[in-house]
Amino acid sequence: MSRERAVIFVTVGAQMAFDRMVRAVDEWAEKCGRSDVFAQIGPTDYTPRHIEHVGFLEPPQFAERAREASVIVAHAGMGSIITALTLGKPILVMPRRGDLRETRNDHQVATAKRLSELGKVAVAMDERELVERLGRLDELRATGAIGPFAQDSLLAAIRGVVFPGTTDSH
Amino acid sequence: MSKDGPTKQIPRILAIASGGGHWVQLLRLRPAWKGARVTYVSVRKAYASDVPGERFMAINDATRWDKVGLIKMAFRLAWIMVRVRPNVVVSTGAAPGYFAIRLGKILGARTIWLDSIANVEEISMTGTLVKDHATLWLTQWPHLAAAEGPQCHGSVL
Repeated sequence: MSRERAVIFVTVGAQMAFDRMVRAVDEWAEKCGRSDVFAQIGPTDYTPRHIEHVGFLEPPQFAERAREASVIVAHAGMGSIITALTLGKPILVMPRRGDLRETRNDHQVATAKRLSELGKVAVAMDERELVERLGRLDELRATGAIGPFAQDSLLAAIRGVVFPGTTDSH
Repeated sequence: MSKDGPTKQIPRILAIASGGGHWVQLLRLRPAWKGARVTYVSVRKAYASDVPGERFMAINDATRWDKVGLIKMAFRLAWIMVRVRPNVVVSTGAAPGYFAIRLGKILGARTIWLDSIANVEEISMTGTLVKDHATLWLTQWPHLAAAEGPQCHGSVL
């Protein structure tokens, strides 16, 4: 592999573009002369000029990029967040906004706030905050990798319906 | 017909989710059906690599605004479900899970809906629609749990 190791992995998820976030990162990379950014930018006409980028990544390539990164910058989608948490990577999220038609509603704003309160993610609510947080990325800390599976209590509740009669929870 | 058969019978599970976070959350539930015969269904063929050695089927993706896509999805899913004849349907959303729970109920399966952890302020629209058709109707946020449902038994994290 001849490509440079990307330190910052930017991802918007597989479904929709998120130009507002990618553009902010692109401009920040130019200003700071960063050449270690790799971005997965989704279906978009916008072309970043200062960061390496691709529209989509298949799951194995996505996992590889995430593993190689030291920091993940993402929309506040659970796929991106869970990937980062599982790998023990620090993640900075910027929520998509419903009023800008970046997703169907403001659920990412609520998710981002709640998960940030739980200490799972760092949040930038807009482009300004994103650039500000990018400027002090080394302060970002991973919370330690989470295990590969859901909480035992949740698994037990589901298992009780999958295999009825094998538990005495009622 | 055989849904209340001997409990020693290995149950057939249909585990289904749309793409991205829904699929990632479904994968984190896998120990809950360890020992069962599982068929995974999602919206991208490439996801098969997440469940090596397991039965995986891809259907088309569609959102609530894409009526033709939704109808296509419902028919493909009906075809899959008639063949798989699941005893249990489990889903983390969204549209494919909705159809699978409704069809599963008609076919006599036990049905499990886990609303995505991304739904922090209220249960998703699809989650609300399956309420009366889910044997187990779950949220991942304690503050959304209520006496009349949904229940909360923890999260995928």
